[in-house]
This record gives sequence, C-alpha cells and structure tokens, in this order.
Amino acid sequence: MNESDDQKPGPPTEATDAIGRMGQSTPIDLEAVQEKLRAEPGPAMWRSLDELAGTPDFQEWLHREFPRQASEWVEPADDGVSRRAFLQLAGGSLGLAGLTACTKQPLERIVPYVRQPEEIVPGKPLYFASTHVHGGYGYGVLATSHTGRPTKIEGNPDHPASLGATDVFAQASVLDLYDPNRSQAIVNLGRIRTWGAFVNEASPLLKAQQALGGEGVRILTGTVTSPTFADQMKTILAQYPKARWHRWEPAAAHDEYRAAVAALGGPHDRIYDLTQAKVILSLGSDFLTQGPGSLRYSRDFSRGRQVRAKRPVMNRLYAVESMPTNTGTLADHRLPLPPDEVAGFALALAAALGVASGAPAAPLSPRAQQLVAAVAKDLQANPGASLVVADGYAPQAVQVLALAMNEKLGNVGKTVRYIRPVEADPVDHLRSIQELVIDLNAGKVEALFVLGGNPVYTAPADLGFAAAYQKARLRVHHGLYQDETAQLSQWHIPEAHPLETWSDARAFDGTASLVQPLIEPLYESKSAHELLGLFANQIDASAYDIVHAYWQKNLHAAGAAGGDPEAAFRKALHDGLIPGTAEPAVTAAVNGGAVAQAAASISGAKPDPQAITLLFRPDPTVYDGRYAGNPWLQELPNPMTKLVWDNALVVGPALARRLKVQIEDVVEVSIRGRKVKAAVWVQPGHADRSATLHLGYGRWSAGPVGNGRGVNAYALRTTDALWAVAGIGLKRTGDTFNLASTQNHHLLESGTDEMPTAEKEVMARRPVRTGTLPDFLKDPNLVHEKPGLPKTPETTGAEDLTLYPRYEYKGYAWGMAIDLNVCTGCSACVVACQAENNIPTVGKEQVLKQRAMHWLRIDRYFEGDPDDPQVHHQPVPCMQCENAPCELVCPVAATVHSAEGLNDMVYNRCVGTRYCSNNCPYKVRRFNFLRYSNHDVPVLKLRENPDVTVRMRGVMEKCTYCVQRINRAKIDTEVAGRTVVPGDVQTACAQACPTEAIVFGDNNNPAWESTKRKADPLNYALLEELNTRPRTTYLAKLRNPNPDLLGATPEGKRI
Amino acid sequence: MATIDERAMLPDGLPEKPYRPPVLAPGYTPGTVTDKISSVVLAKTPRWWYVAFGLSFCVMMLFLASVTWLFAKGVGIWGVNQPVGWGFAIVNFVWWIGIGHAGTLISAILLLLRQEWRTSINRFAEAMTLFAVACAGMFPVLHLGRPWLAYWLFPYPNTMGLWPQFRSPLIWDVFAVSTYATVSLLFWYVGLIPDLATLRDRAKNRVSQIFYGFFSMGWRGSASHWHNYEAAYLLLAGLATPLVVSVHTVVSFDFAIGIVPGWHSTIFPPYFVAGAIYDGFAMVLTLTIPLRAAFGLQDFITTRHLQNMAKVMLATGLIVVYGYGIEIFFSAYSANRYEQFMILNRITGPYHLHWILLIVCNAIVPQLLWFRKVRTNPVPLWIVCMFVNVGMWLERFVIVITSLHRDFLPSSWGMYRGTIFDWGTFIGTIGLFLTLLFLFIRFLPMISIAEMRALTPGSRGEGMETPE
Repeated sequence: MNESDDQKPGPPTEATDAIGRMGQSTPIDLEAVQEKLRAEPGPAMWRSLDELAGTPDFQEWLHREFPRQASEWVEPADDGVSRRAFLQLAGGSLGLAGLTACTKQPLERIVPYVRQPEEIVPGKPLYFASTHVHGGYGYGVLATSHTGRPTKIEGNPDHPASLGATDVFAQASVLDLYDPNRSQAIVNLGRIRTWGAFVNEASPLLKAQQALGGEGVRILTGTVTSPTFADQMKTILAQYPKARWHRWEPAAAHDEYRAAVAALGGPHDRIYDLTQAKVILSLGSDFLTQGPGSLRYSRDFSRGRQVRAKRPVMNRLYAVESMPTNTGTLADHRLPLPPDEVAGFALALAAALGVASGAPAAPLSPRAQQLVAAVAKDLQANPGASLVVADGYAPQAVQVLALAMNEKLGNVGKTVRYIRPVEADPVDHLRSIQELVIDLNAGKVEALFVLGGNPVYTAPADLGFAAAYQKARLRVHHGLYQDETAQLSQWHIPEAHPLETWSDARAFDGTASLVQPLIEPLYESKSAHELLGLFANQIDASAYDIVHAYWQKNLHAAGAAGGDPEAAFRKALHDGLIPGTAEPAVTAAVNGGAVAQAAASISGAKPDPQAITLLFRPDPTVYDGRYAGNPWLQELPNPMTKLVWDNALVVGPALARRLKVQIEDVVEVSIRGRKVKAAVWVQPGHADRSATLHLGYGRWSAGPVGNGRGVNAYALRTTDALWAVAGIGLKRTGDTFNLASTQNHHLLESGTDEMPTAEKEVMARRPVRTGTLPDFLKDPNLVHEKPGLPKTPETTGAEDLTLYPRYEYKGYAWGMAIDLNVCTGCSACVVACQAENNIPTVGKEQVLKQRAMHWLRIDRYFEGDPDDPQVHHQPVPCMQCENAPCELVCPVAATVHSAEGLNDMVYNRCVGTRYCSNNCPYKVRRFNFLRYSNHDVPVLKLRENPDVTVRMRGVMEKCTYCVQRINRAKIDTEVAGRTVVPGDVQTACAQACPTEAIVFGDNNNPAWESTKRKADPLNYALLEELNTRPRTTYLAKLRNPNPDLLGATPEGKRI
Repeated sequence: MATIDERAMLPDGLPEKPYRPPVLAPGYTPGTVTDKISSVVLAKTPRWWYVAFGLSFCVMMLFLASVTWLFAKGVGIWGVNQPVGWGFAIVNFVWWIGIGHAGTLISAILLLLRQEWRTSINRFAEAMTLFAVACAGMFPVLHLGRPWLAYWLFPYPNTMGLWPQFRSPLIWDVFAVSTYATVSLLFWYVGLIPDLATLRDRAKNRVSQIFYGFFSMGWRGSASHWHNYEAAYLLLAGLATPLVVSVHTVVSFDFAIGIVPGWHSTIFPPYFVAGAIYDGFAMVLTLTIPLRAAFGLQDFITTRHLQNMAKVMLATGLIVVYGYGIEIFFSAYSANRYEQFMILNRITGPYHLHWILLIVCNAIVPQLLWFRKVRTNPVPLWIVCMFVNVGMWLERFVIVITSLHRDFLPSSWGMYRGTIFDWGTFIGTIGLFLTLLFLFIRFLPMISIAEMRALTPGSRGEGMETPE
C-alpha cells in the first residue's frame, strides 16, 4: 500500500482501487466515516471500537489515523506535501480531534449533592432484600449497596431457604455484575445494533407467526420458577397456541423428576426436614451443598450435630457414594462404592426393610452387607425420625427405592414431605430438548428464543444441537455473556444482571420472593421479562412494570390478605419474601409397581465387573459452566480435590494403581467413539471402577477467564447417560498436564512416596482433633493433650511461660470458634471473605507458584486408608494470636496488636519483608508478590468494598476478623449509647456459613455463642503448644458410630 | 617462592625455637617492596586485566537487568511464595556478609594479636570485605516488597511519629550491617592513606597525581602523621574487633528469633560466626591464589600465608561441623516433634541432595586441610576453598529453605525453586564483586606498602631472624 501501487498501471484490483480513492479527497472520506460512526448507536460504540475494526470503513479510517506508509503525505507529483494537501490534513485532524474528544474520561464531580438522595449517606451502606437465582431456584439475599454500588451479597435471615446463609454462587454473583467481559450491547451478526433494530426485525416475524398460531416459534429456557415469567409464558402460549416452551437445565436433577412421576404419580418435589432426622442415609447425595434446598438443609442438619458437653446428642449420617461429596465427609460411616454397587446397596437395603424384593445382580461385598444390616436396623429403630436421601443424579430406580423406603419407615410427613412442583409447568427437560432438536431438524422452527441458557455448550453431545440450532431461521440468544450459543445466534440480547433489574423466583419450598435492582443497568441490557414483552406487544414495558403488575394482581391470592396491594408489594420487597407462598404438603403414595420395576431394573442389570463407570457432576465452583467466566469461582478450590482453574478426571487410588496412572497424567477418555483427553486427579476416597468428570470446563467462548480451562465433559455426555456412563475406555497418552491445587501440591511434585510422610505428620500434629461420641461421653476432655483431666492451660499444653503479667483485655476481646463437627467444606466463607475484603485473584500460574491470596482457606486432611479415608475440613482464618509471632518480627511495626486482641495489619506501613509470614505458624498471611489487584479496569473498581484498602504489590495482607465491620458496629452502638452485643456484628465468613460452623464474638461477653463454645471441653486451639494463645479456636470433630459397626469388618476395615 | 627451601635457611647454632617460615621472602628492602607493589598499579595495564574486567562488567550488567525487571514487576519474579517467604535474596545476603568476615578478622583481630603474617593480605581482605558487604547490603533492600520504602527501617525523625519496631531482628540487622560497612570502609581507607601518598609521589601523569593526591589527604609522612595514623589505626582495629563477632551474631538472630523449626536455636550465633570466618577465609584464598600468581606476588604472600589461612579454615570448619552435629542432637534430644521432623526432612526430604552436598562441601572435603601438602599447594587448596564457598552457600540455602518449606501445618507445606531472576541477581552480584575487585587491584595497592616496608629487615628490628 504505497505510492507505487497507486500509480501502477493495469486493471485496478479492489485494493488498489480503494487506495486510489483514498488518495484524493481525504476530508470527505473522513466525514463519511464520521457520518457512518454517527449513524451507529452512540454510547455503546465507544466501548467497542474494535467491533468496527472488521468493517472496511473502519479500516480505512484506521489507515488514515495510523498511516504506515503515510499515504496522505504523498501527492501524485513528487514534490512533497502540497499546501492544499496540508490544509486538507489539518482540517481532517481537527475533525478527528472532535471525534476523539467524545471518548474523554467521564467528568468526576466532587461537589456535594444539591438534592440529597434519600437515605444515601456516603460511607454508610444500605441493604436491600432481593433474591439470588441459581439453576432456576431462588433464595432470599440482602444486597449491600455503597452509594449506589452493590458490593456484597448476604443471606436473608427471614427467608426459609437461606436463614441468613449464602452459597459460593451468591457470594460470587456480585462480581459478575461488574465483569468487564459481560455482554454490553445488542449484537446482530457481529455488529452492534439497537433494541429498536431488533424489534423491527423480530416483530414482523412474530406477527406472521401469530397468524399461524405461533407454529414456528420456540422458546428455550432453563428451569423457571419465576411466577411472573410463568404468567407471561401462559399469556404468550395463549396468543401463540402452537408455539412451544422448551426447557433445558443441564445440571437439574432430571431423574428426581422422573422418579417422582413414576412412583408418586406426579412430579412432586421432596422437602426434607433434617431437624427431625436422627438417622440419615445418603445414597450418593450431596444434599448439604448441592440442590436448591441445600442451605436450609445444612442449617437443619447442623443443628442436630452441634455437640456440646451440655448437649451430647448427635444425629447419625451414613453415606454410600462413589465420588466423595461434602456431605459424605461428615458421615459417621462412609462406604465408597462404584455407582452400580450403590444401586445394589439401595436394593439390598430396600429388601432388608421389606419394601422391595430381589437382590443386586452382583453380590455385595461382606462389608457392604454388614453396613446394609446395620443401617436397616438403625433406620427401623427410628421410624419417622430417619431419612433416606438419594442423589438427585442417581438413576431413577435408586430414587424410587429411596421414596419407598422413606414411606415404609414412616418418614413421610415427618422428615420428608411432598409438595407440588416449584418449577413452573414442570417437564422432563431431556425429552423437551430432544423434541426441540427434532423440530429444528425437521425445519419446523422459524424463530428460536434462547433465554438464559447456553445449549450449544450444554446440550447432550449426541443431539447435535449446534448443527440443529442453525436450522432455525431466526435465532435469538438472551444471556449475560456472548457465549457459545450467542456465537451461533443472529441476535444476541444482553441479559440484565439480577442486581440491575426486576424479577422474582421461588425457593425450594415454594416461597416466592422478588428480585429488585440496586443499580441502573450498566449496559444496554434487557431482562427476560422485557424480552417476553415483545410477544405481547409490550415492547416498551419495563421489567418493573411487568413484575409489579403481576404481583398487584396476585398478592392477594398469595395470602397477603386485605389492605392495599401496593403496601403489600412494598412489604414483600422490604421483607424479601412473599408470605404464604410456601407450598403446602401434599399426600402421595408410592406406587408398588414402580418399586417392583425399580428393583427389577437393578437386580436385572448385569454389570460388567471390569467396566469403569464415568460420573458427570456439576462442578462445585463453576457449576454447569455458567460461572466459568467468574475468576472468584475459578480460583475457589474444589472442596474435595482443591483444584483450581481446571477440572480433571477424578479417580480413586485403586483405579489409578490398576491403570498405572498418576496425578497430572493425561488420559484419553473414550465412550462410543467420543473422546476427550483429560488430566488425572487421584482422589482418596473415590470408589474403585469409577471416575468423575465435572461439568463446566473446556469452554471456548467464555471470555479470557473461562476459555480453555479444563476439559469439556459435555462432549462425552449423551442423552441416555446424562449422569453416569458405564464402560468407558481409559488410555494413557504419555502426556502430562499441570494441575493447580492449593493444598499439598508439592507432595505430588516430589513423588507419591512423600504422601505417607505428610500423613504421618498430620496424625502426629493433630491439626484436626477427632473423637467419637461414646468416648466423649466417657471423657469430655478426650481431645486434649492430657485426656481425662479437666481442661486447664496445663492439660492443654498452652501454659503461659512468661514472667510478665498478661495483658488484660478490658473492653472487647474478639474471638472466633469454629465447630469442625459441622463444617462441610462448602467454601461459602472463602468467597464471602474475598468479596468483603477485596481479595484479588491471582490466576493459575500464580496458584501453581503457591501464591493464592485467600485470607481464609479450608484445609482438608485425610485420615486412614487412602481408598476409604475420613476427610476433615478445617477453615483457617487468622488466629489473631494474643502472643502473635508475626508482630514481634516486623521491623516497621506494620502489624500490631489492638487493645481488643486483633492482630492488625497496617498496609500503608508494610514494606514487605515477609518475615511475619515466615514466622506465622499457621501461614495465614498473604503477600502481594506482584500487582494482583486490578487497577486498570474502571468497572471493577465499582465492586470494591470502600471500607477495605485495596492492597498494592509488595504488601502483606491477612484476615482481620473483618475489622471494618467491627468498627462500624462499635460506632453505631456507641452512638446508641450501648455496647456491641450478639447480633450487632458478624464477620463475613460467619455470616455466610450455612451450618453455623463459624461463629464470631466477644470473649469477654458470655452472651455470644462463640464464648459459649470456647467454654466447652471440645474447644481446642490449633498448635496451642506454641503458646501463641490464638483467638480463633476449634471444636473437635466427633463421629457418632453405630455400635454394631464398631467391631472389625470382614475385611478388617473400619466402616 | 616455591623455589626457596625455607628449612635450608635456618642458621646454624641457633636455639631450637619453633620454626616459622618467613612472611616476606628474603632480599627485599623498603625500596624494592615499594617498587614491586606500586608497579602493579602504576605500570601499563596488562591485557588480561581488560579481559577479566570486561567479563566481570558484563556479569554485572546481568545484575542491572535482573534488578530493573525486579523493580518493574515486584518480587513475584523470584521463586518466593507461601510458605517460603525468603529465598535466594536472604541466602545471598548471609553468604556475602559471611564472606566479608575474613577481612575484618584479618585486619582487626590479627592486628591486635600482632600476627605479622596478616600484613600482606589485610588490604586485599579488607577490600574484599567492603565489596562483599556492598553486595550483601543490597539484598535486604531488593527483597522488600516495596524497596522504595526501605528507609523506614532507619530511626529517623518523621511526620508519622513512628520509630522502627526495635524488637525485630531486622532492625538490629540494619544497625549491625551499616555499622560494619562504615567501620570497614574507614579502616580500609585509613590504612590506605600512606600508600596513596606513595602512589601520588610516584605517579607520572597528572590525573593520577590529582586522584591519589586528593585521597591521600596531604600525607607527608611526618612523625606526627605516623603517630596519629598508628593511633587511629589501632583504635579502628579495636572498634572493628567486636564487629567480627557481632555482625554475624545479629544476622543469625534473623533466624534464631523466629519460631520456625530449624531457625529457633541458641547455637546459631557462634555457629554463624564460625561459618562466616570459614567462608571468608575460603574466599580470600580463592581470590588470592590466582592473583598472587598473576602479579607474581609469591614473595609477599608466601606459603606461610596460605598455610595459616588454611589452618583457620580447618578450625572454623570444624566448629561449623560441630554445629551441624549439635543441631541434629538437639532436635532429637528436644522431644519436640516439629524439630525432629525438620531434621529428618532436611536429611531425607525433597531437599536432601542439598543437604548431602552441603556435608560433602563443608564437612568432608575440607578435612584434606589436615594434610600439609594440601595446605601448601595452591591448586588443591584453591579447589578445597571452592568447595567451601559452594558449601557455605548451600548451608544458608538449607537453613532458609528447608526450614520454611515444611513448618507447622502440613496443609501449608510447599516447595521453593529459584527462578532465572533469582540466579540472575545472584550471579549479577558476583559480577559486581569482581568488577569492584578488578578496579581495586588496578588502581589501588592491593598489599599495604607501608606495612610491608616495616617487615623488611632492619626496619623495626624485626625480620632479623632471616639472614641478609
């Protein structure tokens, strides 16, 4: 592209032609470009100039702006720059100056409000009740707003599905709001367009379809519980009677639905009441951390397990499972079995309880048989106070048997109740998406609206969804991200984040609550309600109008009796739930035929004793892949494997030995011609003859955070084997792949023979102290250094050896007590801490270098046989030692002790010697080895908690018991003329904890739960022999074993 | 030198007194001593010097590059992590500081003990001390997360109204190392003044005359000058003497005050001081042996010097080995499971090769120094010294890394590996050290002319035992 090209004779190619034109009339061209730019939708364009890069106009403009060969300066005559050309260019420059002026930084005004917005006081956060929706189901949350910016999510204590607790997804959802990779503009075939342009294209088509009864219209959503959405769909389906509403929720418990239909005669949901359950059997279920009711179940389960000297009672949990689950780690007896043997176990137990006949196809091991007998006896001894929970992802037969067993044990109406389904218009999702693909392939689909899902990535591999999808004439994708489905759609409409818009949802028990926005949409986005308004000719209806109108009509029906519907709406908004919307229990009886059929299907199955079964499970952090773009969740260690940023093929030690594979070896997983290559992770406690691959990784359009992490399990997942597939092939490839794990990664580096060393040390050092309930009853002091003696500093090894009098904490003395008996390892506290304290993520490479930044980590320890270990979770925040080793060695007094016993960290003063971290026996200090905080992306700054300093590189940081919250409580109570009492302050971790494992309080005030716990004989301090006098202490973990199983098992193993 | 049969020079009929080989080869007068030493500085620069200096300078540029990147990105470019917060920087710091110790010991303690053989090596050893301290002193600053705030470690009046935290051993370090550097510099410089005057008087070109003239501070060699000089020199020697012990004691406190198993030990101060002298003498020999050959100074730095230094090494080396033994003994005797695990992990854990190599270098190979043939033969002696140099670096690596990488909670155990920037910085300081050293031997007398003159027969009534 230079002068000689321009003058070259011969037929003008397209390129030379264009250059020829450009050489002549520069300003006019620029104006044309400007004109063109002006015609584009205004504000969005400037955020995405690169979008324009693909257009010829833009490239032409780019060429002018950054002339590589300075074509503008050369006149056809070889006499340099002419006066005319110069003036032209000067004019053009001025024009460009005007163009660029539009992108100047937004003006920041620092004048006070002329009119003070109501209730906004800078520095004082406001809390709004809203609803967090995950997998279609909601639970109540309180969102924190700092001068109009949502910064943190907490659970709503009044909401029955939360009771104040949150899970990792809710905690991390606030980061999604500010995600710079979120979809920011309506896109049509790669070009930014307006809402109006979309309406102009879609409306005529819909009108035409209306005449045909909507024959060609399909709407695909995930699980929907939103009453407003369901109502809108009802209206739409009335208008378009032949249109179809398809559902595909990739990680919903599809077989739970089918089992209910088969055995109960309707798609009833099961609600467990774990407060009543004394004996619980989990058949592979992770009911404490997965599923819409898990937060509530965690709380109820925990209440039955918080053992104290004064209340030495405890429920008993049996777990029979393949992949170790968080729930299974709390089990008093856990038996790892391959999936087919779990089914066999269920059948044997059902037979022992007399609800089914038959025997498993392959005889159970003696150990399993012994467990069956013991569990059956234990369950029968507790009629109406026992519970069998089958995994929602287990085969239908197992779930039917579980229903039958609960009925037989008299648990229905007591520990389990049936309710009408919470999901709106429930369907079998698998059949639903299969029908959609058939219609697509048959060319029957004119317009397909994908609302909120990502079926191109998540649909079963054998459906060929991506290919079928492109047969729809109009494909509209509505979602938070331009994901894989958006890439194949003509139109992509950005979805409004739940913190930006109005909506509603129902919880696992049916309780409805509203989603309310805390901030104007950051980008040009639409809620699903607004998009559905298109069908009803409500193009301009806002989400508020739609949701508000629905509840104006329905609040009365929902039981908000009498009075003004507007007042009731406001009250529902304020309280965070709509009273009286919980589903009442319905009665249903288990159909004997279905049970017999289930038993027959299990006893009739002829499992190949050599076959390896591959389990698919939603990932504990990125779920079905929808959170793959969220760095908090990507860097959150998987509770069991402690892996971050990747998934892996999880196998048990026995299978690894047989296959001769080690951690990080890449194997080829094949099933019926489908193959993926995955790195192996050897997980102690994973059952033999099975492997687990978590969903949600291997995405290719998840933005820079999520792209290419791990392997795509969906590529192996077919319609007939959504959750388990038997007979997979595993072949070593000889390659290895670096997996980043936050714990014990070095043990893998230095070879497997190092593992016993570490285990031996764990046993000797006893970071997690354990015992059994019967032993505890005999000797409450069993966990201490000198068991049998009353708890004193001498018996616990925490003698104070100093000659000086101890400092007396006269006012507050903050402390924390963590009950290891109920910690499930769910990790909500870790993300809550990250959100509250502006903790940066560091990325896989830095995690591999052992530089993860989480202030609160959850240590995981194994005890016993690697094939069947006991797993312990131990959350480790800063211990706030009274004799803090870190404080002594800081040369600049950057870490100092407060009069309330906090080990304060003064970031401004820190020079970064890292001596404090070396000297910390708990290794809870975190160092900014590089610049980890993101200062470059403005939108991310909005998320930061303004009460907590954002740390720069070279600075040490650590847990401070959320000192900003303590100080706020102190100020607030001081203004009110009182002291801080229970309920005034909670640390972020304690607030998020679903099981109340973490509690925080004032050691000088016996009213606090933490103080009560510290008085209990189970209370111990980590490494207390070092005389650090930690303020964080732990309650030892107890097992409640079945006395029948205490003897040696046939294999000589503990059950 | 090697050609002189020292025993043959014993005069007949003298009483049987312990024989000491001479510290200055026979046949020198004050004039020839001056000629010989000053010629190294004043003669034309040998070609090999350019080559050696150029190479050292290039290696120093590696330091520049590494440190530039370090300042741009942060200490994350190094291998430090959780739990190993200290890595190469601290290892190198202790190593370099240790190397410096020989210089102070030779110049101060041996002066006070009137060990005359020190004369011909003290200048050189002092210079080595200074350069080693310069290298060492940078590391604590470089390893900071925010090195631009290093001055906060000094107790200076400030608007924050804040002192440093005096309980921290790192603050003691600041005082110890800065005092050490100051006294070493003064000592070295005061000793240089008469020689600078000699060079000023002998210099042929104007630039040298001005340079040496300026730094010789008007020295005329008058009796009062000599009187003041001797008094000052002796006083400085007195000041420097406690520093030999104190600096490395304080450096050892960096570890001993911490509660990390493997650090928290009362044996550290003597063990570190002995290690420092051990390593320091090894480094003096490492540098002296080639230089005396290159400049033909065998007459001044005689076999007796080599022997004596080797003996000091052997003695301090044995103290160090004793330290290793005591560490193992006490961990077993302590009944402390953390200490016991630390020692086991050190010897059998993932860094066991480092430990074995350390024992080979520091405990086994130096036993060769029991043999006179090794002590008096420059080549094997030099090889033994190189082993000790490497071994002492490994010792610090083992102390810093293996103690930290597996401390109390097994959940937080980790591994440490130096990155290319760790190595770049370390090797770069060796470049800096050598660059300074080559500048020194080129522009300043590497042997004290004034003191050597005093050793010539008749000058002080000493040296008379060797016949004219």
